[in-house]
Amino acid sequence: MSELRAQLSEWRDALEARLPPWWLRGLAAALIVIGIVLPFAFTQDSGFLQATIIAVAYAVMSLGLNVVVGFAGLLDLGYVAFYAFGAYAAGWFGSFFFFKAKIHLLSTAPAADIGIHLNFILVLVLAAIICAVAGMIIGLPTLRLRGDYIAIVTLAFGEIIGVVARNGTDIHIGGGMTLTAGSLGISAIDPPGLPGVYKFNGLNLRPWYWLILAIMLFVLFCTIRLRDSRLGRAWIALREDEVAAISMGIPSVRTKLTAYAVGAAFGGLSGAFIGAYNTVVSSDQFVFGFSILILAMVIVGGLGSIWGAVAGGIALGYVNYWLIPQVLNTLPSKVGLNFPLSEINYGIFGFLLLVMMLLRPQGLLPERRRRLEMTGEVAAQDAELTETAA
Amino acid sequence: MTVEETGAGTLVAEPTTEAIMLADRVTKEFGGLVAVNAVSFAVPRHGIVSLIGPNGAGKTTLFNMLTGLYKPTRGRIVFDQTDVTRKRPDLITGLGVARTFQNIRLFGAMSALENVMIGRHARTKAGIFGSIVRRPGVVREEQEIRDRAHELLRYVGLRESLAEQQASHLSYGDQRRVEIARALASEPKLLLLDEPTAGMNPQESAALTSFMHKLRDELSLTILLIEHDMKVVMGVSERVTVLDHGEKIAEGQPEEVRNNPRVIEAYLGKQPD
Repeated sequence: MSELRAQLSEWRDALEARLPPWWLRGLAAALIVIGIVLPFAFTQDSGFLQATIIAVAYAVMSLGLNVVVGFAGLLDLGYVAFYAFGAYAAGWFGSFFFFKAKIHLLSTAPAADIGIHLNFILVLVLAAIICAVAGMIIGLPTLRLRGDYIAIVTLAFGEIIGVVARNGTDIHIGGGMTLTAGSLGISAIDPPGLPGVYKFNGLNLRPWYWLILAIMLFVLFCTIRLRDSRLGRAWIALREDEVAAISMGIPSVRTKLTAYAVGAAFGGLSGAFIGAYNTVVSSDQFVFGFSILILAMVIVGGLGSIWGAVAGGIALGYVNYWLIPQVLNTLPSKVGLNFPLSEINYGIFGFLLLVMMLLRPQGLLPERRRRLEMTGEVAAQDAELTETAA
Repeated sequence: MTVEETGAGTLVAEPTTEAIMLADRVTKEFGGLVAVNAVSFAVPRHGIVSLIGPNGAGKTTLFNMLTGLYKPTRGRIVFDQTDVTRKRPDLITGLGVARTFQNIRLFGAMSALENVMIGRHARTKAGIFGSIVRRPGVVREEQEIRDRAHELLRYVGLRESLAEQQASHLSYGDQRRVEIARALASEPKLLLLDEPTAGMNPQESAALTSFMHKLRDELSLTILLIEHDMKVVMGVSERVTVLDHGEKIAEGQPEEVRNNPRVIEAYLGKQPD
């Protein structure tokens, strides 16, 4: 086994030595081009395209959570809150739900409609702002906590948001309007589009796909730029050693809150998109399991790794929305068992995570730093050395 | 943060330009344990001062108070004529205090260079939007951070080939070098070194001793160090403060301190007459 591994890594090194230095950039560019032309390989409403759209939307969330958990090391188990805020932003500002108001701004909705109808780009901006603020508010009580305790507090916040969404029907904001529509859901959310020119619809999924792909590329771009910046370094320093980081002049409160805000804003973009795509925002969508799903994407991809977060998000998105329900769903009945496979999808997820942790604990595409950490025998020896010396 | 009575009246010594750091009857209690008890001392500008004492004397606790990691239970700390008693550690670093740690605290997963780049945090200001769009100012600043970090690594004598190495993979001596470079990156006026020669052989200690003189003269720093190696203490310090059981038991020129009976007692136990 170890010989095989040594052989493999030797081959990989040999391969990397032969490839031109720009091969990674080339690969990324090729992947993006493939991503753009992908929908032409499928019919306009294919089930695979449907799964792809959700998978890419999850990759956006995974990128956002990776900023909080992967970069800044703040274990956030309440990420579903930002899915909720984002989706509700789409509901509030793009439907007849606030029926006492009548505000139209470059929206695809008919001008006679009541309610607030904003252009989808504005909805995205508002979703990002609402989520960034919510992220900081949720982050505030965790600032003096560490590790597991942050997880507990954020988990509780995620649950609170879910409960508020469910009981929002009893929160009256005047004029007979309520905050949410509970499990009934706010619907018909306006589709994105250019008013008077084109409106997205459920029969042609390609524009939806390109929209979420554009959002993902935007978020990807922002995360890469942030990782390689003064702020990104500060996040990683806080994750590595908080005491040393603040002694080096990094303000821990402000830096952590920025991580929460940035991660939440990305989640909000994806949440608003999913809201519009589903055309309905119901409180049943916002369950604890969702936070875990996104966290699993980040971990499977490789904690702290940007490309890993994308790969993990898309991979698990496909497993959850395509492989299990569309491809393998009838498998149990073929071997004489009487249930659809999608009923045990959490079991399958758990199994996959377990296999992953055993075979490749550093994730699919590990961050450079972590790869070194997990493979270096040198590191172990050095650690012993420092301990005996100190 | 709890707000407590400082209990500090007038300063024992008025802040002057002579003393860059002044501790005035600083006390730190952890529950019932008094780790540092009413210690006053001054660090003269451009001086090299050693803080010595047996294990558990409260030296590192005092360091942690000077850098803001601990808030003193009582007393007052003045740096460069600014009261820093209850200031946040990152703000104190901004004012010009930098430190190293007793058991090296580098960011293990980052490269040596990135560690030093972190040290520039307090002296740079690129924000979130500037970083995303890479404003020209931000690009320039980033280049300046990188150049300065390279320069500092050269200055502390780290081989150029090791700059991109992961910090936790460096040898012990090199990790000490990187830690000093990281502290220097914040452009301190006062450098606090916590047992810089721990784990070094005599040659390395001697080299570090002369390096401290070089630092003070070339960068016009003030250096306060905790040290156990008496050879280093005697060789480098202009003044020595001795702590034992959280109290200051002696202070003065290295020679005076060495012959002080209380110091000998603290280190070797009471001599039979």
